[in-house]
Order: sequence, then C-alpha cells, then structure tokens
Amino acid sequence: MALRRDWVYENNGGTCVAIAGSDYCVIAADTRLSVGYSIYTRDYSKICKLADKCVMASSGFQGDLKALQKNLAARHLIYQHQHNKQMSCPAMAQLLSNTLYYKRFFPYYTFNILGGLDSDGKGCVFTYDAVGSYERVGYSAQGTGAGLIIPVLDNQLKSPSPLLLPAKDAVTPLLESEAVDLVKDVFASATERDIYTGDKVEIVVINASGIRQELMELRKD
Amino acid sequence: MFRNQYDTDVTTWSPAGRLFQVEYAMEAVKQGAAAVGLRSTSHVVLATVNKAASDLSSHQRKVFKIDDHIGVAIAGLTADGRVLSRYLRNECINHSFVYESPLPVSRLVVRLADKAQVCTQRSWKRPFGVGLLVAGLDETGAHLYYNCPSGNYFEYQAFAIGSRSQAAKTFMERRFEAFNGYSRDELIKDALFAIKETLQGEKLTSSICTVAVVGIDEPFHMLDQKIIQEVIDSIEIKEDDAAAATAAADQAPMQEEDKSSEAAPMDI
Repeated sequence: MALRRDWVYENNGGTCVAIAGSDYCVIAADTRLSVGYSIYTRDYSKICKLADKCVMASSGFQGDLKALQKNLAARHLIYQHQHNKQMSCPAMAQLLSNTLYYKRFFPYYTFNILGGLDSDGKGCVFTYDAVGSYERVGYSAQGTGAGLIIPVLDNQLKSPSPLLLPAKDAVTPLLESEAVDLVKDVFASATERDIYTGDKVEIVVINASGIRQELMELRKD
Repeated sequence: MFRNQYDTDVTTWSPAGRLFQVEYAMEAVKQGAAAVGLRSTSHVVLATVNKAASDLSSHQRKVFKIDDHIGVAIAGLTADGRVLSRYLRNECINHSFVYESPLPVSRLVVRLADKAQVCTQRSWKRPFGVGLLVAGLDETGAHLYYNCPSGNYFEYQAFAIGSRSQAAKTFMERRFEAFNGYSRDELIKDALFAIKETLQGEKLTSSICTVAVVGIDEPFHMLDQKIIQEVIDSIEIKEDDAAAATAAADQAPMQEEDKSSEAAPMDI
C-alpha cells in the first residue's frame, strides 16, 4: 500500500447550528479547535459577519475557512462599491455557492451554514456541502456534532419537516428567546458525547434591531 | 497653446522636449469643474463643484470612496475618473487581502502614477484626461496628493484643480500655514470658502457641491447635504458681518490660468 503524502487537509472539528424565525435568526458555533485527539485552543471563533444582515458559521478545516471568509469579505466590498448597498442574505448565499464550486476540484474543506434576514426581514438559513450545493432551510446543523443535534431540532422546533415534499417554508414559530434556549440545550447535549464539541458556544442573534452576540460555557472535557 | 506638427501622437517629442499630447490631457483637467482639497494633521477634506449638463439631468459624481481610509475627487473626464477609481479600489482590496492592513496612501498614488505613465509611452493608448486629488490617512498621518495625467504626483497641504481653480489656490495660499492646526470643522469651512471662490459670483448652495471628509477615527464619507447647507449658512452670516468692516477688501488678481508656468509643466 503506497504511502500517501499529499493530504493537505485537516479536520479541526466543532459544530455549527442555525435556526430561522419569523423575524430573527440564531447562529451558533462552539469555540473549540482540535486536531486528532488534541485541543489547539478553546477560544476560536468559527462565526464571521459577512454583511449587515448575514452571518456565516462553518466547521471543518479552519485554514480553508479563514481563506473563504477573506474571499467573501473582499467580494462584498466590491459589491458595495458597485451597487452602493450591502449584499442581501440570499445574494450572499448564491455568491458562497459559486465560490465553493469554483474550487470543485480542490475544495474548501468547510461545511457552511449561512444565516440572516432576507429582504422581507424574515429569518433565513442556507446550508451547504463542501462544493457549494445549497438549499434554503428553516434550521440546520453542520460539523462533528450535527448528527446528535439535527434529530433534536427536528423534534423540538415545531416547524414542518424539511424532509417532506412539497418543500414548505420551515421557519420556526418559536420566539427568539425560546430558540436561543433550545440552541443552548442542544449544544450542551452534543458536548456530552462529541469529543470535538465543547469549551464555549458563541451564539449570534440577528434581528431587526441589529446583531447581538453571547457566549455560554460548555463542558471542557 | 496652438496646434503644431509634434502633437499628433503621444510618442512624438517636440524639439523643445515636450510631449504635447500629455499637456493637452492636462488641459482637459483644467476644463473640468473645480475640486479642492485641504489637509490638517488629523483630517483631510475634499470638496467639488457639481456641474449638471442641464437642469433636467443629475450631477456627475466627482468624489469616490476608495477605501475606508482613502477617497478621491476628480476633475476632467469623469469617465476616466470612474475607471481609475475602480482600479484604486481593487488595489486597496488586494492589499488588504494579502497584508490584512490598509494600503498606505503614498503607495497607492505611486501605482496610480505608474499606470498614468504607461499611457504616455504607448502609441496605441492615450493619456487619462483626469486629475485626481487623493485624500487619505495612514500610519504616517493625513495626506493629500495630486495625480496628473502626465504620471506625476505631488503631495500638498492644500490644492485646487479644474476650472477657476486659481481663485481657490490664491485663497488657500494666504491661509495654508494655519491648516495643520485646524479642527475638522474649520477645515470644512475653509474648503467651502475655497469652492465659493471658484464660483466667482454664483450662489453657493449645498445642491451644487459635494464635501467629503476622512480623519483619524473617521472613515472616508461624504457629508450630508443638510450639514453642508448649515456650514454654508454660517459662512454667509459671517460674510455679511465682515462686508461692512472690510469694504476695500483685497482682491487678489484672479487669473484663470497661470500662463507663465505653462512652459513645460511637467518640469514641476
């Protein structure tokens, strides 16, 4: 068996979650950066504000994430110069998809979730794979703890299942505070069983009055 | 300036060592509507006169934000100005991407000057017909540069370009030594005074001028029309008071163009 010495990626672990409400959006990600069975840092932000009402959270290879964030930020600046306004969340979603597919044959090793408010002020969440396939959904989770979180969200969000056809708008009827509490609960649960998730969870809430951020402690083991 | 046999293309020297096409390009700048720039140690102010082609049309944009810390005001062919602004924005974005820090103003003007120079040495190109006042802030402080179509650039405490700019220059020549100590508001006021000089009788209102500021802790932005009108109003009040006191106001000879310095202006 030949020894493969060209593996250029690394999985830094971590989990991201986003939930869309009728007039808000909650995006959350843990702050642990790991490699193998070691922790590099307990204090790394996987969340990036791309535009006024648009925030991206990603798990996967953080080196690629940094590059992707810089790329999108530069593209957003160009857009602002040309159009004299900020990019809307759906526009940024398409841009992210195209940027990811551009590197179809040497992908960004990132599993992204985009969250924000659309032009009507409704919450929107877009979920991606590594090469840009994306879909607007009512909620999503990506990363090492996603498998533990998605079933709980399916059950607790009281929104139509995104797996049913015809596709229905899966925005949750929950209040903003209830959604934030749910996010804290699912992260606490994922932290119990997933070794890559823990330390702190960074929760960002976007609504009509702007963006606010809070941090919650998680188990450190 | 008259036509002669050495001005057909930019790659032909005249016997006197001049490139007439480049000088004609600088003429285009002098025909454009006025733009002035003033600098203190902490702020730079740009102000332009917005000429509209007719009462039915909108004003041309003459002030462009290049980055949070740099902006430009143009005079001359505004289309050329727009294209150069796009180039400058790109340069700033690329530098920020690679070095995670804002592009120093002096480096930006050098790149712009080199780009302009290329067009003075290719037979299939023409010089840009636009002069740019580049206002920016970086680690070394506040800067105001003037880039001309010839590829030359100079740093100034204060400068004016475009039609009737000599009136503004004369006004600023009397006061520039104090500019470094000026507050932000005093700088804006003087910029509007300078613009007023170029109007030579026409009424100064906020609808015909644009004012932009960049400063420490103040990203480059254009001032609201209301704020500009307030400053203009305060200027008019002061002037009405002063008019009685200085009845024999010194009128510096207003020259439309400084003819004596037109011999080989690139030697500046």
